[in-house]
Amino acid sequence: MSEARAQILAGIRRSLKRGRLESAREAELRERVAGHPRNLVPARATTLDHSSRTDLFVAMAEEVQATVAQVNSPAAVPDEVARYLAAENLPAELIIAPDPSLDEMPWSERPLLRIRRGRAEASDAVSLTPCNAAIAETGTLMLSSGAATPTTLNFLPDTHIVVVRSNQVVATYEDGWDRLRSGGMMPRAINFITGPSRTGDIEQRIELGAHGPRRLHIILVDDRQKAGDGQGK
Amino acid sequence: MRVALFVTCLVDFVRPTIGFAAVKLLEAAGCTVEVPRAQTCCGQPAYNSGDRETAMAIARQVLDAFEGYDHVVAPSGSCAGMLRRHYPQVFADEPAVLPRVQQLAARSWELVSFLVDICGMQAVRARWERRVTYHDACSGLRELGVKDQPRRLLASVDGLTLRELPGAETCCGFGGMFCVKYPDISDKMVSDKQADIVKTGAEAVLAGDLGCLLNIAGKLHRHGARLEVRHVAEVLAGMTEEVPPIGVPR
Amino acid sequence: MLATSRTFEANARAGLGNPILQRALSLMRSGFPERRRLAVERLPEFEALRDIGKSIKDHTLEHLDFYLELFEENVVASGGQVHWARTPDEARHAVLQICRSVDAKVVTKGKSMIAEEIGLNEYLEQNGITPVETDLGEYIIQLRHEPPSHLIAPAIHLMKEQVADTFRAEHRSLDPARSLADARQLCDEARAVLRPRFLAGDVGITGANFLVAETGSCIIVTNEGNGDLTQTLPRVHIVMASLEKLVPTLEDAATLLRLLARSATGQEFSAYTTVSTGPRQPGDLDGPEQYHVVLLDNGRSALLGGEFQDMLRCIRCSACMNHCPVYAAVGGHAYGWVYSGPMGAVLTPSLIGIAEAGHLPNASTFCGQCESVCPVKIPLPKLMRHWRERQFTEKLNPPVYRAGLSLWAWVARQPALYHPLVELACRTFGWFGYRRGRFRTLPLANGWTAVRDMPAPEGRSFQSLWAERQKGGARK
Repeated sequence: MSEARAQILAGIRRSLKRGRLESAREAELRERVAGHPRNLVPARATTLDHSSRTDLFVAMAEEVQATVAQVNSPAAVPDEVARYLAAENLPAELIIAPDPSLDEMPWSERPLLRIRRGRAEASDAVSLTPCNAAIAETGTLMLSSGAATPTTLNFLPDTHIVVVRSNQVVATYEDGWDRLRSGGMMPRAINFITGPSRTGDIEQRIELGAHGPRRLHIILVDDRQKAGDGQGK
Repeated sequence: MRVALFVTCLVDFVRPTIGFAAVKLLEAAGCTVEVPRAQTCCGQPAYNSGDRETAMAIARQVLDAFEGYDHVVAPSGSCAGMLRRHYPQVFADEPAVLPRVQQLAARSWELVSFLVDICGMQAVRARWERRVTYHDACSGLRELGVKDQPRRLLASVDGLTLRELPGAETCCGFGGMFCVKYPDISDKMVSDKQADIVKTGAEAVLAGDLGCLLNIAGKLHRHGARLEVRHVAEVLAGMTEEVPPIGVPR
Repeated sequence: MLATSRTFEANARAGLGNPILQRALSLMRSGFPERRRLAVERLPEFEALRDIGKSIKDHTLEHLDFYLELFEENVVASGGQVHWARTPDEARHAVLQICRSVDAKVVTKGKSMIAEEIGLNEYLEQNGITPVETDLGEYIIQLRHEPPSHLIAPAIHLMKEQVADTFRAEHRSLDPARSLADARQLCDEARAVLRPRFLAGDVGITGANFLVAETGSCIIVTNEGNGDLTQTLPRVHIVMASLEKLVPTLEDAATLLRLLARSATGQEFSAYTTVSTGPRQPGDLDGPEQYHVVLLDNGRSALLGGEFQDMLRCIRCSACMNHCPVYAAVGGHAYGWVYSGPMGAVLTPSLIGIAEAGHLPNASTFCGQCESVCPVKIPLPKLMRHWRERQFTEKLNPPVYRAGLSLWAWVARQPALYHPLVELACRTFGWFGYRRGRFRTLPLANGWTAVRDMPAPEGRSFQSLWAERQKGGARK
């Protein structure tokens, strides 16, 4: 296979009528990659203050058939989960990402919720996960895989509930990349999720719940007052 | 302004009235119009058939015939597009000739957009009581940005009402040689165009390119539709009494 | 995949005469373009982003060797492996070797045009491995033994009744009396039938919209979630991608992603845009144990530095075919191979040869719609014209056609001869056409007059009349 590699690279250079790039040029290109500059970023979300940005995120997410509930503290999350499951006529059973931010929530206050922690299995109907960021530009959630956030939770169950903290609402995908890079290594999978699963493959009619979750419920925890940050970013 | 009229081979052969309408409009706009005799075609048929050599030879002929005028104007978006957009590409590798070609290109225009954008014409003196719909010929639209200008001038024609054509910007299926090389596909495209036109309830359909108009008229007549088909220049120049619509006998 | 591009004319005729296809195409025609238009309207920066997207791609192509090496470096650093394949044969072989190394029986597949290009499914089946398409459209056509007819909606040529018929015929263990009357029921059935197959996959194969050199990542853009289940559940994940999918950084990918969904379906962003990097990491509770990227050349490197290089910018959005009146008339199967519409008309001859695919770049009016909607500004009509130039130079056109063109061209270069000939033709045709104003038939023009009348000329040429006018003759 290395013969194929050599030939392909040689073929590229031959077509471009040059040899291997000079080391100065290579260094330049590596530098650009290392600096990963932003290209033009649409102004849609960037010119908004945090409050308006959050409103935009909610509006865009609802536009693609995600549902959004706003609660004012992490402690209110188990209640909201219970309420949502009952309202949707779903069994009070869920698989939760083994993430400390979720563990901290007062699940014991809702003893009728049957909770497992870990990755999802085929039989799981409802999952609950945190996220990395909520991107206002298009109502997109950014989730990354990890020991505490297995990817199967995002895709196997029919209903996916995501907890978004107020300070996770950002303007753009580029903001999401910056957050991610500050955390070190690339995770195995980054899922940008915009609404529930869907298909238009049959007569262009959009149907939800093709293979991934049919329902995406977002619980937005507005804990800004507590954190004391009202400033826009 | 000294303007040279690029007649176009179709206008020359099929419907000279369009050429005279163009002259009338240009003179009304204050131009002096000349018609270089040494013109035949813009070279598009050769160019689009992949015969670059012939296209270049014809283009050189055009270059020689049309140099020295303030502007070159054609009553056709596709021919004007050929001069304005494609000639510089044809001569991209000919540094000796390219500057002259670029100059010609910069001075070449489709008729109606020339009248409005360069001459500043805002209205015409014409009367034609019809419900009209308008087909946006592809080259004029996408290569030259001809869209608002014919509508603006048509709005000034006494008694004329314009009904926008759904799918006005969709190709009619003429495409030069395409309509005879792939007649089935061309027929489908012009059938769709016909259906759209008939649905507007218009009494007449106009466009700025004779190729499209022949295609559309031919289809409408084969199916017995009673719409009048004319080039927009005939209407703007008030010459609708002088010649029957396309495809209709005297 | 075996090509039938040579019989484009017959294929097209079949498409034109197929009422089900025509209904399906009219749905497409009224759907995609309007949705794209609304999405573009909503993003003021869209036009600027097109220019930037174009320059990102151009830059990457100019330095493709560098970015490929950097990509490979980072795939390996994240625990993955890269397999370089010059030809479809090498790519198939690489996939088979990987499958055999884990004793794979079932391979689940997200949508991959590269896999279609190399005929992977057939090859796997011949070698005792079962490929399962999981994208709903791909699944449907797999059951029907049909090729895809569109870049992103492979079953766009079907109406729901045909899907229902197929499901009834193939899902034999289900209750024959069940209702499959609407898209909802069909989707639910596909979801239920495919779920166990996802779980049974030993190897998952996906395509890639983008490969990111900065991180050694592969990006897939989907709406169903099938690509994600395909790449997460099995022990092994294989990405199949052609060389030109590279982009330098995650930020560059973000720019192109802003163009992609809007151009394709008019969505702001697809439901699932997933960036995968390497196999599962220590502590991960799920994810594949092995991560392989098969990089396919198959003619791409030969397009660099030449007159077709611009085609390598393509991000496989399908905007061109969604807006093409020819595609909307004949459908994707007419093009006879993997890629259809305007991008297929340019790419197919470069991959399977102009002799085989000669009709494709000719079956165009150059209306320019495709170019006007291409998110990375590929000059598609110009590239089709280049193919026509090649055909002309290599004398691949029919001789009658060449002779006719030659004759016309010679006359057009002699105005002194041209003008009297035209005047003669005017008077002749004008005389014959005088009474009716048009012709119902014309010799040598049956293609036109079979379905249209030909308006008669006025009877004099403009140049003759103008000359008379200049001499002081009757003013017209």
